[in-house]
Amino acid sequence: MTRFIDLTLNGISTGAVYSAVALALVMIWRATRIVNFAQGGMLMITTFIASDVIGSSGSYWLGFAVALVCGLVLGALVERVLVRRVEGGPPLNAVIVALGLLILLEALAGMIWGNTPRSFPPAFSIRGYDVGGTHLLFAPDDTFIVLVVFAVAVLLALLFRYTALGLRMRASALAPEVARLLGVRVGRMFTLGWALAAFVGSLAGVLVAPSVFVSPSGFDPILIFGFTAAVLGGLDSPPGAVVGGIVLGLVLSYVSGYEGSSLVTLAALVVLIAVLMIRPGGLFSTRRERRV
Amino acid sequence: MSVPAAERPGAGAAAAQPPGARRRPHLPGSTLARSLGLVVLVGVLLWIASELLGSYDDLRLASGSYYFAVLAGLTLLTGLSGQISLGHGALMAVGAYTVALLVGNEHWALVPALAAAVAITALVGVLVGAAASRLRGPYLAGATLAFAIGLPSLAEKYSGTFGGANGLAINPPAVPSWLGQSFPLERWEAWIAGIGALVVVFAINNLVRSGVGRSLRAVRDDEIAASLCGLHVGRVQTLAFVVSAACAGLGGGMLAVVLQLAAPGAFQLSLSLSLLTAIVLGGLGSQLGALWGAIVLVLLPSWTNDIAHSSSLSNQVSANLPLAIYGVVLIAAMLAWPSGIQGALRRIIALARRIPLGSKELDKHSTSGSGGVSHEST
Repeated sequence: MTRFIDLTLNGISTGAVYSAVALALVMIWRATRIVNFAQGGMLMITTFIASDVIGSSGSYWLGFAVALVCGLVLGALVERVLVRRVEGGPPLNAVIVALGLLILLEALAGMIWGNTPRSFPPAFSIRGYDVGGTHLLFAPDDTFIVLVVFAVAVLLALLFRYTALGLRMRASALAPEVARLLGVRVGRMFTLGWALAAFVGSLAGVLVAPSVFVSPSGFDPILIFGFTAAVLGGLDSPPGAVVGGIVLGLVLSYVSGYEGSSLVTLAALVVLIAVLMIRPGGLFSTRRERRV
Repeated sequence: MSVPAAERPGAGAAAAQPPGARRRPHLPGSTLARSLGLVVLVGVLLWIASELLGSYDDLRLASGSYYFAVLAGLTLLTGLSGQISLGHGALMAVGAYTVALLVGNEHWALVPALAAAVAITALVGVLVGAAASRLRGPYLAGATLAFAIGLPSLAEKYSGTFGGANGLAINPPAVPSWLGQSFPLERWEAWIAGIGALVVVFAINNLVRSGVGRSLRAVRDDEIAASLCGLHVGRVQTLAFVVSAACAGLGGGMLAVVLQLAAPGAFQLSLSLSLLTAIVLGGLGSQLGALWGAIVLVLLPSWTNDIAHSSSLSNQVSANLPLAIYGVVLIAAMLAWPSGIQGALRRIIALARRIPLGSKELDKHSTSGSGGVSHEST
């Protein structure tokens, strides 16, 4: 029973990270209809920067803040410099550009920081809680991860639903021409959307870094599972991204705990196919599905 | 290499007519005869090339050939049927492991083993394709991505059968004795892979000009209109997936023969991604584009390695330089030539002949819709 609780809590904590990456991908998909494979590279870069800042200043929270700010800047930069040129073109071209950027960022990180994985400090203790005499694997740092991700998800939901800025961003994403006619600076909204998405992505990077170590290609699995989670929940739905991330985290945690870690990727495939066969647009899709 | 008819200068003028009305004045009437002629022509060119090249380049010819087989199938799927697949590396793995098991353990001859690889991969393609035909765009990408990362882990789970991380090694293909004692193994491998590629050229060339090809294009361009015409959209898309899976199986099988190994390390996600990259970079929708893609896949890594080694940079920088160049090439090529190498060449040829590049309509078609699909490939 303790093992089941351990696996469940662990699943929620890793699932929260997948949720954050999925959220980053969903925000970009909603704004610009691009699957941003470069997200994995972007959060890797900001985590490396955080690692350097923590190493030289000794303060975890300074590194944390720097990573988030760098995420904002990097997201805006990527949208403005690269993505703007392929927006509205063939969808595959944008995918290739994102992949190219992922490869380029990983190569640059290898040049600057080397390919040897380095450790990254957690925000809080990773010694598990003792509850009623049993020692759990769930630690204060996991609590922090889950709380931060949920707080950010709620804040984003509030931003999109209740502020004028959020309304403008949604309008730009759903009906760019109409929004432009009504005076919304659509391009600026896209840039902001990318910046916010990269902000969430860099948060995920810093949160997951203690358990995966920091290396140029070390975050690839996080990106892949984040994308799987986003597809699972439905790419158009931010709540779907959060739920998809948690579901995926739980399933993968049970599979690796009870069946062994070699089946984890296969389990992700099975879950994804099972869900998509029933709901081809993801769990939270609103569109009518296609009949075959 | 497959589309000499459509590359003629008449293509610009013909674009205004419906695709079926295009004339091909100087070529034999039947598609079968044209495909056969093309196969013979390309076969002779490949044969001359393999005789002229050294053993290292013969090996590169062989790998270019098996990549071409996979890319031709993938470009049929993405260019002609409008589906995206990030999972073709895993389909190649199915073909490679089939050949390795049959040739290595069961001592089958090469040709039946390759045929079995095609059949089994096509069977897997039926399953994946049936699932895929319900999905669109990014959802399909996500499902096939999970397929690409999920399948290779089977090799490690059932390491008794599939040899775990080390994979399965097979003996090099025996060079027939009538070729002489001194006939290099690499040239024989280039011939095997080249013949496989020719089979793919022949099959796809016939397929895209048949009723099946027209149904594929109809479904890609407008699913509702196609189903009103009586086409079963899901079935047509599944068929496209099966054909491209069969090509991937053949390519994977030939890869196992040429490398004499089937190991999970060769079929990582990066393989699937570079296949997709290659067809977009080459130019979607035509077999010539697949040819350019195969050339890029073979030559780009060795060029970037040469550049990295010739420069006097620190180890840390030069080790990552090939990757960096690859990334820059991808981004720059997509920004500069959105319709790929084949699209850029077509534009240059059109300019050189002072023929306006089709009509505006054609231009719009080839840069929008399901991934910049060229209509000239018909």
